[in-house]
Amino acid sequence: MADPNDNNAIITVDLTKHFDQVTALDRLSLKVRSGLIFGLLGPNGAGKSTTIKILTTLLDASSGSATIAGFDVAKSPIEVRRRIGYVPQLLSADGALTAIENLNLSARLYGLHGGELKVRVSEALSFSGLDTVANKPVKTYSGGMIRRLEIAQATLHYPEVLFLDEPTIGLDPVARKTVWERLKDLRRSRRTTILITTHDMEEVDVLCDELAILDRGRLAVTGSPGELKSRLGAQASLDDVFVHFSGSVMEREGNYRQIRENRSAIHRLE
Amino acid sequence: MLRFARESLAIASAEMHKLVRDPTEMFSRAIQPVLWLAIFGQVFSRVRGIPTGNLNYLDYMAPGILAQSILFSAIFYGIAVIWERDLGIVHKLLVTPAHRSALIGGKALAAGLRGLVQAIVVYGVAVILKVNIRWEFLPILTAAAGVFIGSGVFSTFSLLIASIVKTRERFMGIGQVLTMPLFFASNAIYPLELMPDWLKSIAIFNPLTYLVDVLRGSMIVGGVSTFPVITSFGVMGLVFLILLALASKIYPGLAR
Repeated sequence: MADPNDNNAIITVDLTKHFDQVTALDRLSLKVRSGLIFGLLGPNGAGKSTTIKILTTLLDASSGSATIAGFDVAKSPIEVRRRIGYVPQLLSADGALTAIENLNLSARLYGLHGGELKVRVSEALSFSGLDTVANKPVKTYSGGMIRRLEIAQATLHYPEVLFLDEPTIGLDPVARKTVWERLKDLRRSRRTTILITTHDMEEVDVLCDELAILDRGRLAVTGSPGELKSRLGAQASLDDVFVHFSGSVMEREGNYRQIRENRSAIHRLE
Repeated sequence: MLRFARESLAIASAEMHKLVRDPTEMFSRAIQPVLWLAIFGQVFSRVRGIPTGNLNYLDYMAPGILAQSILFSAIFYGIAVIWERDLGIVHKLLVTPAHRSALIGGKALAAGLRGLVQAIVVYGVAVILKVNIRWEFLPILTAAAGVFIGSGVFSTFSLLIASIVKTRERFMGIGQVLTMPLFFASNAIYPLELMPDWLKSIAIFNPLTYLVDVLRGSMIVGGVSTFPVITSFGVMGLVFLILLALASKIYPGLAR
């Protein structure tokens, strides 16, 4: 196969999205090679969420195109959906259901059934380290357990590409490390291509093979963490890289609605 | 088709697990029909002003109140998807290759099963109030089928509204505004013949009218349906399919 696209799990060409008067994403052209963990960085409003929503077929682009695992997101959304997993930033596991019920639901929606479903679900339980609490409602879990469950839910069908929106936001340091281990494990054992958005420079350092920084809907820079740091000099940290290329300091707060949603999500778990 | 059924069942079974774990809401919604039957019905059965044929008024209104309880609980069903949207559950469901219509159909299926449990509660209350229930297999099956599809109609309608308005506040407002007109513009507590023409012409487009009509012919001894049962089921089925198609188009917008 001489197709040059073979090595790229994600390709976007001039991807653009307008909301009314606002241009959320402005001619984004990106390539993400298969088997990498790729970080999408940028201040709030830079277009990270918009990009993920378009790539996961939740949102239509205004113009430009995107291809995931060889399929165009606008022309073959179902084929794309078969090949991707998505862990939203908010709480996507259902707190009123147990881990097993959550996994069964996802597995069945991904078209698994019978013996195969059973095998995948039990595999997912041990992958996420939740065997002992599998029959307890998810609302009794810690934040880290929930994240691991969500990753397990999103990978039941062995997706080629996994998207995670702020995968470790709000987690304690130990829980963060276990999530990172799971993601590295997926890259190693299944060669899953993983795209994350993050605000966390330590996460980028630990996890990402390559990254792209977005700024006001445009691609500011892309490269490996090492390359980008060396461009700024020997002592540069990723924080410096971020500030240099996005022209802004790390902003951790979201807008009113995001904060409200995050807090109500946390509240629901208590 | 097989995949559609599997996906719908997956959604419905998750909903049923939730319902079994926390049935409070379902039972609290059953209190309202108790009040209607026990108070409104008792008082109005002393009035002889409403032409109910050879039925006493309490018997006459019992099917109407069953239909009302189905409407009132199903019409707020959609709030769950607004909740699920704020959390991210909607996003998780929509990135799966499952049919959009199966995601909606599964919820309607769950609402139908929930409606059946409510019907059991209303039948129980009716028995206590000495309503003359028709204890025959086929009529009970007909009533159950009516309750099932009626729940599907109103819950899908609710889900469609939720998908359009997207916030809890607006949804609650609209839900409150819709229930009473749907209830009063139906034959639930008075017959169609009693209505002024303008109301009658609204009532015959109201799916609740057909649900009440099916129940009136099947739930109580001596009750008569105005329309052929096949017409009523046909109308409810058609309305359901239209709502399902619309909701399948609009529901994915919740994740934008």
